[in-house]
Amino acid sequence: MVTVELTRHLYTFFPALKERAIEVEAGTVADVVRAVEGLAEGFTFYICDERGRLRPHVNIFIGDERVADRKQLSDRVPDGGRVFILQALSGG
Amino acid sequence: MERILIGTRKGTFIAEKVLRRWRPRLAGHAGVGVNFVSRDPSTSNLWALLGHGHWGAKLSCSVDGGQTWEDAPQIKYPEGARYIGHEMPDETGEAGTLVKPATLLKLWYMAFGPDGSQYIGTIPGGLFVSRDGGKSFELNRPLWNHESRGGDLFAGEGTGKTHWFGTPASEGGEFAPGIHSISVDPRDPRRLLVAISTAGVLETTDGGLTWRGRNKGMLNDYLPDPAAEWGHDPHFIERSAGDPDRVWQQNHSGVFFSRDSGASWTRVSAPDLGVHFGFPVAVDDKDGEVAWLVPGKADNARMAIDGGLFVARTQDGGERWEQLREGLPQDCAHDVVYRHALDSAGDLLAFGSTTGNLYVSENRGESWFFVATNLPPIYSVRFG
Repeated sequence: MVTVELTRHLYTFFPALKERAIEVEAGTVADVVRAVEGLAEGFTFYICDERGRLRPHVNIFIGDERVADRKQLSDRVPDGGRVFILQALSGG
Repeated sequence: MERILIGTRKGTFIAEKVLRRWRPRLAGHAGVGVNFVSRDPSTSNLWALLGHGHWGAKLSCSVDGGQTWEDAPQIKYPEGARYIGHEMPDETGEAGTLVKPATLLKLWYMAFGPDGSQYIGTIPGGLFVSRDGGKSFELNRPLWNHESRGGDLFAGEGTGKTHWFGTPASEGGEFAPGIHSISVDPRDPRRLLVAISTAGVLETTDGGLTWRGRNKGMLNDYLPDPAAEWGHDPHFIERSAGDPDRVWQQNHSGVFFSRDSGASWTRVSAPDLGVHFGFPVAVDDKDGEVAWLVPGKADNARMAIDGGLFVARTQDGGERWEQLREGLPQDCAHDVVYRHALDSAGDLLAFGSTTGNLYVSENRGESWFFVATNLPPIYSVRFG
């Protein structure tokens, strides 16, 4: 199982994910995103565009490492790992 | 219809007239950019076009008059949608054209047909249409594949040349074409005009199966050939609901008017009266010869003229213009009014500025009063 943690901002759009542990079966980051989409419909289009690429001001970390593949989300996720979905501090 | 829907940089606001006083309130999307809010006349649903920044463009709908909002089915470019983009010069100074896969960069404008259909204009230049009450939206491919844009890039490489240039108005500043005006003929839902920055005006008369340019008489002062068919940057077009052959256009290069549904345009600016550059235009819903503008100072400044705000009105198709200033600030006022931030409904007029001021007139612009003075920058104002 992989544990997923989200920036608090995303909980305002997907309250169903709030105040619960998000644990999913996943081998890659793409699997993680698909699994969270299954829990909260519409989630994927918030963090990725319609071509499946990570949006420019969104980042995903596996443990302490930022994902390398922002287009296919093919980075491997270890069993028992933690995935963080974050937003850049940008805007005004 | 004494309600004003206001899209701002930081949320949706609604101003309603209660006991003879207009009262504005935050009505949703707090902290989120709201490019446009409008009411669907066939269902009374409210629609908001959001720009989340980090999270992309999203369509939001309220079925209870703005009490609650939900994400609607989202607008997505279909697999295989591509367009010819113009690159900004890089650090070496190189710039070129590049065929790009299309992804949604901005939801910009929404219009409603008399048959209950919904239309949404986007950056990078896609017109999306719903025939099922907004449950699903589909890209209009004949316009996307138009020869002026380089042909059908779904099927192949097209002609390799586009006459559609860009606007920096997308959420991330990408330079890509944008559809900001969609005008459905109330007599015939198959007839639409759309306006594109930067390309010009196009028309369909067969429900979107075929499109043709509608830029005859347009003058583009900053091009080598001012009368070129393409390359125009209409800021907004609007037609009269009750007199639909009368169409108005505010542009970089003046104010243009058509009495034949966009088949031909005449420049009707009055630069001596400050009536030339600006973004929005509103048209009387009965008499298409009557229009209102909020002019700005020149393309290269984009400020209120001499620090005094006025609304310009014509009642004779642009032959004569009046400056309407009563109630509007005349000292150190630097309001700029965006293309969707002026509207009319009968004797009512309202406009909002990037300095967060909302002004209303209840007598066709003769006099004005403030309804709000400290809103976020205002992107759109619509009665509904």
